[in-house]
Amino acid sequence: MSTEVSETPRESIASTASTNVAVQMIGVHKWYGQFHVLKDINLSVHRGERIVICGPSGSGKSTLIRCINRLEEHQQGQIIVEGNELTNDVKKIDEIRREVGMVFQHFNLFPHLTVLENLTLAPLWVRKVPKAEAEATAMKYLERVKIPEQALKFPGQLSGGQQQRVAIARSLCMNPRIMLFDEPTSALDPEMINEVLDVMVSLAEEGMTMMCVTHEMGFARTVADRVIFMDGGEIIEQNEPEPFFSNPQHERTKEFLGQILHH
Amino acid sequence: MANGIPTGATPARAVWWRDPRWRSLIYQAIALAAVVAVGWYLVDNTLSNMERRGITSGFDFLSNTAGFDIIQALVPYSATSTYGSVFLVGLINTLLIAAVGVVFATMLGFIIGVARLSSNWLISTLATIYIETFRNIPLLLQILFWYHAVLKPLPGPRESINFLDVIFVNNRGLYLPLPGFNQAFLPVFVVLVAGIVGTIMLRRWSRKRQAATGQLFPVVRWGLFAILGLPALVFVLMSFISGPPMEFGIAKLTGFNFEGGMVVIPEFVALLVALSVYTAAFIAEAVRSGIQAVSHGQTEAAYALGVRPAPTMKLIIIPQAMRVIIPQLTNQYLNLTKNSSLAVFIAYPDLVAVFMGTSLNQTGQAVEIVAMTMAIYLTISLVTSAVMNWYNARISLVER
Repeated sequence: MSTEVSETPRESIASTASTNVAVQMIGVHKWYGQFHVLKDINLSVHRGERIVICGPSGSGKSTLIRCINRLEEHQQGQIIVEGNELTNDVKKIDEIRREVGMVFQHFNLFPHLTVLENLTLAPLWVRKVPKAEAEATAMKYLERVKIPEQALKFPGQLSGGQQQRVAIARSLCMNPRIMLFDEPTSALDPEMINEVLDVMVSLAEEGMTMMCVTHEMGFARTVADRVIFMDGGEIIEQNEPEPFFSNPQHERTKEFLGQILHH
Repeated sequence: MANGIPTGATPARAVWWRDPRWRSLIYQAIALAAVVAVGWYLVDNTLSNMERRGITSGFDFLSNTAGFDIIQALVPYSATSTYGSVFLVGLINTLLIAAVGVVFATMLGFIIGVARLSSNWLISTLATIYIETFRNIPLLLQILFWYHAVLKPLPGPRESINFLDVIFVNNRGLYLPLPGFNQAFLPVFVVLVAGIVGTIMLRRWSRKRQAATGQLFPVVRWGLFAILGLPALVFVLMSFISGPPMEFGIAKLTGFNFEGGMVVIPEFVALLVALSVYTAAFIAEAVRSGIQAVSHGQTEAAYALGVRPAPTMKLIIIPQAMRVIIPQLTNQYLNLTKNSSLAVFIAYPDLVAVFMGTSLNQTGQAVEIVAMTMAIYLTISLVTSAVMNWYNARISLVER
């Protein structure tokens, strides 16, 4: 019913600025069995844009960004990443995954490999770069996230904040054009959140296209170009951070912001 | 001390019988005394009983003639050989069934374990049925089943099942061609060795090249060509130059039985199939649990980096799954080795059957024979454990 109405204007916007679009989602639906997780998602993300997605748990925000690198499959609609449409074509999926980095809530570092090996694995086996070059790149990014001295340790020997910074560096080693963050600070002790946010802020300042699921509203306020609020599998409201926080339009947005900002 | 003046450095001590350190010493002393007493009683009792009945103890019997035949001996053996030879033949037969069984059970177990996790409904269901069937039926029943219900009803030698006139199957065993080599095989052998050495060098070179340039080289494809293809070519070439480099001794029906060739006795086949199939069901479960123990986040992280499923399995999942699989695998290898002693029920001549069975009955040297047999099983098990523990330590995770 609402599908036709909302799709038409979005598509026209997309076609005018298509060269500058990093991610385009048109009428995307997803079900887990009977459960309708994503309902008619229309979203276009421009190159260099920083987007923060928030919403109550179970609202489909993680599922949304996991569809972008095909960790989840959508059942209806189109997702176009850097001009490539996500289909069942395995080769296309691999191409897209190479261009899209992802940082997970629980870091998901490879525990049997050293930090350096974690960082060089994909460049060696996917991009097929020489080992010396891969290691040089890895050290460059470890220096960026300020832990070059941990290169030869194993993930289990690092603190949570350090592990998450390694995970960000691991993604960056593939030179992605888009970075997805799936609640990157939710599993961290409070005193470690800032060290990870600092890295993300510096990434944003360099013009990386970022989509970030997070509850760090301070981060959203200072860094985001656009804040998206989701509930029940739908995008309820989206706006620039200033008006989004000071003047939310939708009842559910107000309720959610009230809950997470006042305690 | 005696008047309880505090010395500053040591805290006040409780009375000695309420001090845990004293108590543990006392408990250990009591336990040790009990073990020594029981052991001394058993040894003394045995020695005096043997003396009363006139049984000579010692290992002299090992050089006496055994006087019975054994249906499978990998070292020269006849009825005139000694009990020492019986021991050796039995030991080799046990090691043979254990080694071959471990190899088959491992291969079958890994295949079924991975199949059980397949997303293909038919494959995973078949694997589940296999596991639930074979691990829930007693092993002895399975050995008897394969021997009496599958192999014994096979036709006799005259009505053998015949594969291309070279392989024969009947109730006396499986008759295979016995390969014999002549001089023309030498070049084939040289090329084969060169192929293996070359492949190892190729692998090293390709690793170095990957480190230097990032290029991957299809080592497996070229290695297969060097190890299989080239020797086959030389084999064909030599056949033209100087006749076939290999001749096969093929079993022939003479009278009531086959002669020549190589025969695998049905007792060995039944025991091998039963042990492998039974143990594979447990190994499959170990493999499945090992793979499932690796968090799904690991796969997702690798996929998100653009790593394909096959390298993800090889570089990320298997190395982590092995840490869970190895200890269970060790247990299954030990179980298979010890279970091979059920051979006695179908008269496969393993160590227990020929040494602890026939030899013990004939000589009456119970203490010596039981001790030797137990020592052998203990040694095999400890060596297996030691090797597997070493491997496990090598691949274990480093945590803080």
